[in-house]
Amino acid sequence: MALVTRRNFMKTAASGLALPALGRRALAAEPLKVGFVYLGAIGDFGWTWAHEKGRKALDAALKGQVVADYVENVKEDASAMPVMRDLAQQGHKLIFTTSFGYMDQTIAVGKQFPDVKWEHCTGFKRADNVGTYNSRFHQGRAVLGTIAGMMSKTGVIGYLGSFKIPEVVMGVNSFTLSAQAVNPKITTKLVMIDTWFDPAKEAASAQTLANLGCDFIATHTDSPAALQVCEKRKIYGFGQGADMSRFAPHAHLTAIEDIWGPYYISRAKAMLDGSWTADNAWWGLKEGTVVISPYNAAVPADVRAAADKIVAGWKDGSYDVFTGPISDQSGKERVTKGERMKDEEILVMDWYVKGVQS
Amino acid sequence: MNIGFFIDALVTVVAVTTPILLAATGELVVEKSGVLNLGIEGMMLIGAITGFAVTFNYGPDLGDWAPWVGVIAAALAGAASSMLFAVLVLTLGSNQVATGLALTIFGIGLSSLIGAGYVGMTVQEFATPFPDWLGGDPVWKVLFGYSPLVYFALFMVFAVGWFLNRTRAGLVLRAVGENDISAHSIGYPVIPIRYAAIAFGGALAGIGGSYFSMVITPMWAEQMTAGRGWIALALVVFSGWRAGRLLAGAYFFGVLMTLELYAKASGFSFLPSQFWAAMPYIMAVVVLAVISARGVTGSEAPACLGRPFMPSS
Repeated sequence: MALVTRRNFMKTAASGLALPALGRRALAAEPLKVGFVYLGAIGDFGWTWAHEKGRKALDAALKGQVVADYVENVKEDASAMPVMRDLAQQGHKLIFTTSFGYMDQTIAVGKQFPDVKWEHCTGFKRADNVGTYNSRFHQGRAVLGTIAGMMSKTGVIGYLGSFKIPEVVMGVNSFTLSAQAVNPKITTKLVMIDTWFDPAKEAASAQTLANLGCDFIATHTDSPAALQVCEKRKIYGFGQGADMSRFAPHAHLTAIEDIWGPYYISRAKAMLDGSWTADNAWWGLKEGTVVISPYNAAVPADVRAAADKIVAGWKDGSYDVFTGPISDQSGKERVTKGERMKDEEILVMDWYVKGVQS
Repeated sequence: MNIGFFIDALVTVVAVTTPILLAATGELVVEKSGVLNLGIEGMMLIGAITGFAVTFNYGPDLGDWAPWVGVIAAALAGAASSMLFAVLVLTLGSNQVATGLALTIFGIGLSSLIGAGYVGMTVQEFATPFPDWLGGDPVWKVLFGYSPLVYFALFMVFAVGWFLNRTRAGLVLRAVGENDISAHSIGYPVIPIRYAAIAFGGALAGIGGSYFSMVITPMWAEQMTAGRGWIALALVVFSGWRAGRLLAGAYFFGVLMTLELYAKASGFSFLPSQFWAAMPYIMAVVVLAVISARGVTGSEAPACLGRPFMPSS
């Protein structure tokens, strides 16, 4: 947070006095203030940490033109609104709210500050000055699912989730469908722990899944806790949000890395040249916001080749995991053969595919 | 479903329960002396980062002894942070509730600050001291497969129960918590006794915190205790300030929390997941209601709990 010290107060006051003389040039020299609202602590080594890396990339790329501040540990309830208002009142003109649970608060505060541009991560409600952005994590999940499907011996895979929100649901489905594509017998045991970050509970859930016969655990919560359990139990897992191989040198096969920097830089540039409009951005492997970490030595060559093929398919558009036929848990066909789900349908997905046990 | 299944489940229950049990045992002694310390969460976090940092930095030099030194450091750090609280409430007579909350906030901040340099690091797990043919055996691990802290936690509950009910010093401590003026008037040093109780509570909270960063997940992550300190606090009330019930209550919570995960992983989705998450708390309310309705010999709440002691002479 920008502190008002005597020195920078004097500077601000001085520039205020100089303003009439310098006119527009002084205004242009004033850097754009960008604010970030974070769910967790920047040291969580997961979701918030990835956004913080994006913020740092923005700061470094547009040095002098942009000042990027953040507030961490902001709860997904009404208490987020004063935080957002504070950021707006301090002169931040572009504010990123980086968790699904800030959706209604961002819309509400956005109305109170029409001059401020808002971007809400992973949500689906928009306004003239409120855009949304998301990353196609499910593209990465299809790569992990392919690896797990080919390497699993028990055919039972654990999936550690947080909340039943579209982002997680599409991750579960993408993972399961891609695993079933290489091994039709795969079932996914899904545990939702109703929190994004609670290492002890994540570890206990991973232990439970291992106890119930899972030989792979995919993580959709923020800490490396489940990976450490995988390492101990000699089963496999994947990193979430970042390369977490140092927590589990043997168990960590690869990871989905969240890389927000390119997006944040492009949006700040749009603010600087005045071309910003409320958008619904959904970048992925192709644009570089989803990156697959290097594979562990334990991944055999044929599995690597299959995984690389999925990555290439997403990039050139020849592959889409949500291509019919797809049935839900009850066996009802949701997507007919050959049909591809539209983005709007994926973004509101609230049903699990066949083979997901929840 | 075989015996191994239940053993694996029990091992998970023990992992969930132990840190809460440690912190609650410490708080029991603090509250028995008439002081309410709401700073458990903060002290746990300070213990967690201290234990981790010491093990991480001295691990290469100390080898197998590193985690033991780490845990002792965590206990000392927990006790030291509780002394801040003690000076404020005992010597300066500040409000215990407000000061305890301040200690929690302070602990969150301080541990994050110290921990900033340790994000993404790992240490060796503080694992079972028994040889692998015992601690790693699929059946015998039910007795021998735990971290030394698990045995320590069980030992401390019994030790505290014995101390409070069977020793003269325990009687004096309870007297201080029941009626500080009387204890003072017959010559017992109320304030020093409370200092000692708070330090003990801080040390156990610190060790409970180190269980997160050294046993469950051998790493540091900010706020990794995720509210367990508050559960420990509730557990003391739930137990009616008795060590035996504290042990039973802690494992009761642990079983319910693990049951939630098993139910979800086994596909019992007829109950929404929020219901399972709320289950331990619902059960706590039910048990408390039953206890109070039947007027069981139950609660042994110290009469002076939370009241400042400011003798005029």
